[in-house]
Amino acid sequence: MSVILQVSNLVKRFGHLTAVNDVSFEIHEGSCFGLLGPNGAGKTTTIEMLEGIKTPDAGSILYQGEILGPDFRNEAGIMFQTTALQEFITVREIMLQFSRFYPDTYSIDELAERYQLHEFLHQDTRKLSGGQKQRLLLAMALINKPKVLFLDEPTTGLDPQSRRNLWKEVRAIKAQGATVLLTTHYMEEAYELCDEIAIMDHGRIIAHDAPDVLLAAHFNDVVVQLHEADMPRELGETEFQATYRNDSAHIVTGDVNQTIERLLAFDVPLNRLRIRARDLEDLFLELTGKELRA
Amino acid sequence: MWKRIYALFVARNLEFFRDRSALAWSVLLPVLIIFVFAYAFTDDNPEKFKVAMTGSASKNAPLQEFKNTRFISFIEIEHIDENLRKVERHRIDMVFDPPTDRYWINETSPNGYIVEKLLIAAYVGSETQPRQNLVKGDEIRYIDWVIPGVIAMNIMWGALFGIGYVIVRYRKFGVLKRLRATPVTDAEFLSAQIFSRLWLLLVVNIAIFIGLDLFVDFRMDGSYFNLFLVFMLGCVNLICCGLVVAARISSEEVANGILNLFSWPMMFLSGIWFSLEGAHPWMQKFALLLPLTHVTDAAREIMIDGAGIVQISDHLLILGVSSVVLLLIGARIFQWE
Repeated sequence: MSVILQVSNLVKRFGHLTAVNDVSFEIHEGSCFGLLGPNGAGKTTTIEMLEGIKTPDAGSILYQGEILGPDFRNEAGIMFQTTALQEFITVREIMLQFSRFYPDTYSIDELAERYQLHEFLHQDTRKLSGGQKQRLLLAMALINKPKVLFLDEPTTGLDPQSRRNLWKEVRAIKAQGATVLLTTHYMEEAYELCDEIAIMDHGRIIAHDAPDVLLAAHFNDVVVQLHEADMPRELGETEFQATYRNDSAHIVTGDVNQTIERLLAFDVPLNRLRIRARDLEDLFLELTGKELRA
Repeated sequence: MWKRIYALFVARNLEFFRDRSALAWSVLLPVLIIFVFAYAFTDDNPEKFKVAMTGSASKNAPLQEFKNTRFISFIEIEHIDENLRKVERHRIDMVFDPPTDRYWINETSPNGYIVEKLLIAAYVGSETQPRQNLVKGDEIRYIDWVIPGVIAMNIMWGALFGIGYVIVRYRKFGVLKRLRATPVTDAEFLSAQIFSRLWLLLVVNIAIFIGLDLFVDFRMDGSYFNLFLVFMLGCVNLICCGLVVAARISSEEVANGILNLFSWPMMFLSGIWFSLEGAHPWMQKFALLLPLTHVTDAAREIMIDGAGIVQISDHLLILGVSSVVLLLIGARIFQWE
């Protein structure tokens, strides 16, 4: 796969704060690339420089080997984390407005059909629900048949059903050959959608590869997870070196059988025991010493 | 390019016409003001007479007797010629020059006739008799005088806040950011905003003008085309002022403060409600720096005096040149975020 976006030594400062610090990566055509990190890690600033919204203080961004120019604007689809739409405008009118910005577009009816917007076409955009607005924003991002699609935290604030629907759409877009650049702080989302991920913290990329490759490189163990009520902190921390997150005790072990035997020996109830492979959340914790959603 | 400008133009127009409360205000406010003034000033204190007199008045007895007449307001003047224009327009009932014993009245002015009788009565038995000079001209009522100003003021509010506030709001809520992520350029976005606001202001104010013409009898002696030209150039100039204010600000409160800082001095110093004649010279000079002064003065010269394009060319030139300068500054400093 050829490189569609090449980012080299990108730096962005806001006063004394260096939001993005010497970031470099490549995105391959037709792939889904995920930028992961907690709030304030520099994901949105990075993606906005790639979108041409913010100007880098140093470094370069090449789209198909050239600096971002009019071709890029015509071929990029962008969905921001939050977008306000013009007021007193209906869904159809805003889609019509955006379709007039580009030389080659999908028809409004086609997009409305695809993203279930038909019922709301003549509704004021201010009256849309969160999920409806998100679908409209995605339709607007796709109206110009983009080669590269930027999605900045596309599922933040959506209910689980809407989130899964959006994942389905992203897979469909990717299947049509578009390149997707996604930022998220949902690990599951990144694992489900991305071919490659870059984990950011404090404006730097601290790990970058395919999700499974990264996990395999860092972990050869599993996590035994118990409810905190079943294993008090004192016992867990002293006897099993467990960490506690979200009301759960997490025991990292290379030998599950032995761990279970020891738990039984301490009369720990195992009814709510769960064994899971190490995930990206664990990886982030391992790399940074803090939780991803902190 | 034109397709993108058209798309933004249409969207902005839809926003304007569907925002019923804002639309109602932009139409109703000037109409209300004009009706209030029409009724408040039609019965303009009939007992009060105005006589302009040169300052070098001698102390002779008949003159003192005339000056002691009740219900006459005596205004001290330096130059006779410029005040004769006011006699023509019935703004002053008489101009009297005691050193030469000459006086000027308007032959069609009832007030002028009465004041003349009072003057002659004061000079009965005197060695010298004042000599009559006549001027011609129809009365200019306050309503005739105020209408060009009120329409100009409505243009000012609509232009400054219409473009300034909208762009700042777009920036604050991220609409500009979303548009920036499209192929729309700075020039296309700004052109669409200017065209849209210009068209909306012209439509609304032409509708107000026609509406007033149907219900209020006011004077219109000049060319409608010239008046349209003045108002259009005024719209462009004030839109460009709004553009400069909105070029970078993202806080509605700051924009509101700056726009008020522009608009309120223009409200009171551009001669919308009252003439600045007699005001301190620095204030008169300052007023000439305000675009609204030139819009109001040019519109009045057309509507009241029937002035042609040549007579108002100085106003048009100032408005035109300053519009270009403001547009260049606004476009140069404009930022999407």
